[in-house]
Amino acid sequence: MNNNKVVQWIDTRLPIFTFMRHALKEYPTPKNLNFLWNTGSLAGITLLIMIITGITLAMHYCPDPEDAFQSVERIMRDVNYGWLIRYIHMNGASFFFVLVYIHIFRGMYYGSYKSPRELLWILGVVIFLMMMATAFMGYVLPWGQMSFWGAKVITNLFSAIPIVGDTIVHWLLGGPTVGAPTLNRFFALHYLLPFGIVAIVCLHMVALHQFGSNNPSGVDPKHPSEQIPFHPYYTVKDLLGLSIYLFVFAFVVFFAPNFFGEPENYNPANSMVTPVHIVPEWYFLPFYAILRSIPSKLGGVMGMFGAVFVLFLLPWLDRSRVRSATFRPLYRPLFWVFVLNSIVLGWIGSQPPEGIYLIIGRGATAYYFFHFFVLLPLLSVIEKPLPVPDSITLYLDQKKRAV
Amino acid sequence: MYWWLALVFIVLNFSVRAEDGRTPIPQHWSFKTPLGTFDKKELQRGFQVYKEVCAACHGINQLRFRELEKIGFTKDQVKALAASYTVKEEEDADEEERPGRPGDRVPSPFSSEKKAREANWGAYPVDLSLITKGRGQGPDYLYALLTGYEPCPKDVTLFEGRSYNPYFQGGQISMPPPLIDNIITYHDGTLATIPQMARDVTAFLSWVAEPELENRHEMGVKVLLFLLVLTGLFYGVYQALWKLVR
Ligand code: HEC
Ligand code: HEM
Repeated sequence: MNNNKVVQWIDTRLPIFTFMRHALKEYPTPKNLNFLWNTGSLAGITLLIMIITGITLAMHYCPDPEDAFQSVERIMRDVNYGWLIRYIHMNGASFFFVLVYIHIFRGMYYGSYKSPRELLWILGVVIFLMMMATAFMGYVLPWGQMSFWGAKVITNLFSAIPIVGDTIVHWLLGGPTVGAPTLNRFFALHYLLPFGIVAIVCLHMVALHQFGSNNPSGVDPKHPSEQIPFHPYYTVKDLLGLSIYLFVFAFVVFFAPNFFGEPENYNPANSMVTPVHIVPEWYFLPFYAILRSIPSKLGGVMGMFGAVFVLFLLPWLDRSRVRSATFRPLYRPLFWVFVLNSIVLGWIGSQPPEGIYLIIGRGATAYYFFHFFVLLPLLSVIEKPLPVPDSITLYLDQKKRAV
Repeated sequence: MYWWLALVFIVLNFSVRAEDGRTPIPQHWSFKTPLGTFDKKELQRGFQVYKEVCAACHGINQLRFRELEKIGFTKDQVKALAASYTVKEEEDADEEERPGRPGDRVPSPFSSEKKAREANWGAYPVDLSLITKGRGQGPDYLYALLTGYEPCPKDVTLFEGRSYNPYFQGGQISMPPPLIDNIITYHDGTLATIPQMARDVTAFLSWVAEPELENRHEMGVKVLLFLLVLTGLFYGVYQALWKLVR
C-alpha cells in the first residue's frame, strides 16, 4: 500500500490506485506467453497514437468538398511537422489492422474464444467492426479520387437491400449522391467512433481480467508458480515489443510513407472521371473479394458482412473442448489453410473481377464459409486430440523434452 | 514450407496489378534511396524546363514562388519571377488581375477548366503539383511518358489531336510531345536533350510533390537510431529479468 497520505485519502474514497495496482502490477499472468501476446498492448498504444494524431489533424482539416483535399495538402506543407502527423495517422491505420489481424488469428490458433472467454472474443469482434467503420470513413476525408469513388461504391451497396435500400443510401449520404453532407457526417463520425472503441476496449479489459490471459498451451494455470505478476515481467516484455514495433512503424513512416497507399488518392476527387481500378485499402481486400465473388448484389453484400459476423458465432461453431491447436492434429493444418485462404482472398480483392481471378475468388469465398460452417463443427466430432497436459508446468516440460 | 513461398509471392503480387499503359522502366533518382536528397542544380534546371515548356499548359498550384528560394533562387529572382505572372486573388473571382507576389501560388495558365479543355482538344492538362505521387511508379512514369512518344503503329487509328504514347493509359494522349531537342537553352550550359530535360523536370516535380522529403529522411535516420538503441536497452533488461522465470 502506498504511504502517501494524499494517495491514501483518495484511494479510500475512489479506489483508482488499488485498481491500477491490480490491473497493471499484480495481475497474475501465465508465464509462458509468447510474442503474439504483445499484439494486444501494441494495438492499444496504436489506438492512442491514432487519437492523438487524429485530433491534431482535425485542428487543421476542413470537411468541405471545396477545401478538404487542399486542407490536407496544407497540413502536409504548411503546418509544422504536419507531414509527420499525417503520415503517422495514415500508416497508423494500416499498422493497427496488421496488429489486429495477427491478434485475431492468434485467438483462433490458441482457441482463446472458448469458454469462459466468449464475451471477451465478442467484444473484440465489435472493436474490429468499429475499426473498419472508422477507417472507411477516415479514408473518405482527404477527398481524393479513391476517397470519393470508394465511398460511392461502398455506400451504394446498401441499395441492394430490398424495398428500403435506396432510402437507406439516401439517409446514409445525406443526399442523393456522395457530397458535402456525406463528407461532413463522415468527419463527425470518424471523430466520434474511436472514443467508442476506447469504451469497448475498456470492457474488453474487464472481461480479460476476469479469467486472465489464455496461453500457448490452452491449459488454465493450476498453481501460483505458473503465473507471474504483470509488472515487471510483462511490462518490460511489452516495452521491448513496443520499441521493435515502433522501429518498423518509423521505417515506413519516414522512408516509405505511401507504401500502403493508393497513388490515385493524390488526385483530387472528381465526379466526372471514374478511376480505372477502384480498390479499397488493403485491409478490406478479403471482404471486398467476397463481395465481388458472389454473383448477386444482395448476396455479395450479405456475404461480405456475413464474413465478419460469422466471427461472433465462432465460440459455438467450434465445439472442441481442446483450446490450443498444438493438441489438435486436424485443426492445426486447417488453421493454416484458412490463413492462406484469407490471404488469397486479399490478393483476389486487388485484382479485377474477371477470368481466372473470379474463379479463384469464388473458390476461396466458398472455402471461407466452409471452414466455419462445415469444417469446424465437423472437427469437433471427428477429431481425436493429442493428450493434453494437465498443467502449464507439464506442458513446458514436454516442450523441453521435445527439443 | 513452400506455403511460405506462396505467401511471399502473393504479397508481392499485390503491388504489380496490371495497369493499362506500358510499364515504365525504373530509373535511378537521387531522392529515391532511403538517404536520398535532391540535387539543387537539377531542380533549378527542372524549374527552367517547367517554366519555359510545361507552364504553357500546366499549373503547379501547391507551390508558392517564395519556396523556390529553397532550391537556390535568390529573393530578387523570385520576386521578378512572380511579377512576370498575372494572378487573381483566389477568394474573389471578380477581382482584377494583378502581377504575382512571392507569396502567391504558381497559377494555371488557364482561368478555368473549361477554357483549358477548349484549348486542348477537350482534354485537361492537370495540375502537376502532385503528379509524381498521383501515378504508380511516379517519377519513372513521368520520365517514361515524356521520353516515350513513338510513331503511331499501323493498326492504331489516332483520334484528332492525339499523339501516340504507349506509357499513357490507352496509348493516345492529348498532349503533343512537349519536349524537342534544344527547345530551351539551359542557363548553366547543359545540353538540352530530351532525356536531359525529362530527367530535370521530373526531379523538379518530385520536389514539388514532396518538399519535406530531405527533412523526412534526415529525421528518419535519427529516429531509427534512437529506437535501435532503445530496443537494445530493453532487450538487455528483458533478458536479465526473464532469466529468473526460466
Ligand atoms: C500544349 C500544352 C501542353 C504542354 C506544353 C505540356 N502538356 Fe502535359 N498535358 C497536356 C494535356 C492536354 C494533357 C492531358 C492529356 C490527356 O488527358 O490525354 C496533359 C497531361 C499531362 C500529364 C498527365 C498524364 C497522365 O498520366 O494523366 C503529365 C504528367 C504531363 N502532362 C506532364 C507535362 C510536362 C512535364 C510538361 C512539360 C515538359 C508538359 N506536360 C507540357 C498539355 C500540355
Ligand atoms: C480507430 C482509430 C482511427 C483510425 C483507424 C483512423 C483511420 C484514418 C484513415 C485511414 C484516414 C485516411 C488517411 C489518408 O489517407 O490521408 C484518416 C484520416 C483522418 N483522421 Fe483518422 N483514424 C482514427 C482515429 C481518428 C481520430 C480519433 C481523429 C480525430 C479526433 C481522426 C481524424 C482524422 C482526420 C482529420 C483525417 C483527415 C486527414 C488525412 O486524411 O490525413 N482520426 N483516419
